[in-house]
Amino acid sequence: METNGNRVRVLVGTKKGAFILTSDGKRRQWDVSGPHFAGWEIYHVKGSPAAPDRIYASQSSGWFGQLIQRSDDGGKTWEPVGNQFAYDGVPGTHQWYDGTPHPWEFKRVWHLEPSLAAADTVYAGVEDAALFRSTDGGASWQELSGLRGHGSGPQWQPGAGGLGLHTIVLDPSDARRLFIAISAAGAFRSDDAGETWRAINRGLRSEYIPDPAAEVGHCVHRIAMHPSRPSVLFMQKHWDVMRTDDAGESWYEVSGNLPTDFGFVIDVHAHEPETIYVVPIKSDSEHFPPDGKLRVYRSRTGGNEWEALTNGLPQDNCYVNVLRDAMSVDSLDPCGVYFGTTGGQVYASPDGGEHWAPIVRDLPPVLSVEVQTLR
Amino acid sequence: MIRVVLPAHLRTLAKVSGELLLEVEGPPTPGGVLDALEARYPVLRGTIRDHVTLARRPYVRFFACGQDLSHDPPGVPLPEAVASGVEPFIVLGAVAGG
Repeated sequence: METNGNRVRVLVGTKKGAFILTSDGKRRQWDVSGPHFAGWEIYHVKGSPAAPDRIYASQSSGWFGQLIQRSDDGGKTWEPVGNQFAYDGVPGTHQWYDGTPHPWEFKRVWHLEPSLAAADTVYAGVEDAALFRSTDGGASWQELSGLRGHGSGPQWQPGAGGLGLHTIVLDPSDARRLFIAISAAGAFRSDDAGETWRAINRGLRSEYIPDPAAEVGHCVHRIAMHPSRPSVLFMQKHWDVMRTDDAGESWYEVSGNLPTDFGFVIDVHAHEPETIYVVPIKSDSEHFPPDGKLRVYRSRTGGNEWEALTNGLPQDNCYVNVLRDAMSVDSLDPCGVYFGTTGGQVYASPDGGEHWAPIVRDLPPVLSVEVQTLR
Repeated sequence: MIRVVLPAHLRTLAKVSGELLLEVEGPPTPGGVLDALEARYPVLRGTIRDHVTLARRPYVRFFACGQDLSHDPPGVPLPEAVASGVEPFIVLGAVAGG
């Protein structure tokens, strides 16, 4: 076990603050710090791969709007940085729930994705859907407006949770390639560092839109990539678990024997690119696990063949949800898997999903979970 | 000097406690008070009113002298009791949500 001298830091965003959970490489005993930014919604907290003690947090409130916090000491202290997210040019309109044009309005930052190489560069996915980038550590933000300027923009329509850009995946082999996903527009890819974008939704089918195979309109919930194979992506869609082997040129379904293929999270094992995890949720009208059993499903074949992982997870009367940004893995061996629930539990498995235990049980509803492996 | 009361979350953000005292040039107005507040505490920009349009955020309210001034234009002079420092200008979050 390559865990000697390693530490793990779990960054948890909740509806009422952020929490930081730390452990040594054994991942049995945990220290909990927080709440940071008590009372505020913390949609996402994520550390920089280039400088792990640099952490960014999205702090928001229905009353007082959006703030971005930055820590340079691993989350011990924080300083607010820039919070002005101005759309480039005339924002224009997208579709509202009733199909009428609705002006683009900034509401909040859903997701922060620090650059893989530069600690001062970080991307922000926002609602109403747009992608922003900062190259000065969050002090100022510029929209990569080629995305919102994609010709389909006026047809984008919000999902039930809003028109959020919630997923940003950076290609470790090509700094110019980015993937993003929007509810409920779909997935998009840029091959020129965010200047121009194309929809990558071929193969998706969504029965809740007039043309189930339309170019846009798909409610993608989450996309995950293994860094060793950046052209292979796994997607948890509103319904359906999907896979692409060609960077989104075409998708095919790998839901296989899942009890339900609705869900939010999806992630990939740190050392096994064909091992993926999802948490099936009963349906879009019942946002809780089937049969009151909280089960992580693992496929070791890149999809289609799934096994339930239940050891240590509640198997009676459990009606929590696991939201789209609330699963992550560490890079120790064995790989640790983590997820948080709307019931305030953060569960950890130090052995790839074989055994689970709660790190904490009674946090506010968990919005996001990210893990840093510190060596 | 104008006395300003902020809600708890904004006091935490600005790293202040209790009432603030602000120097405001000319006859004080809500807009002038907020200009002075944001100049002294830049971290509050965007939390009370929009960065660009300066429109009050929907769930923020301005009270003074037992009156709701939230819907007054930002250039309307504040009551004399606020201008003279007898009464505070109160910024607060509306009762909404949980």
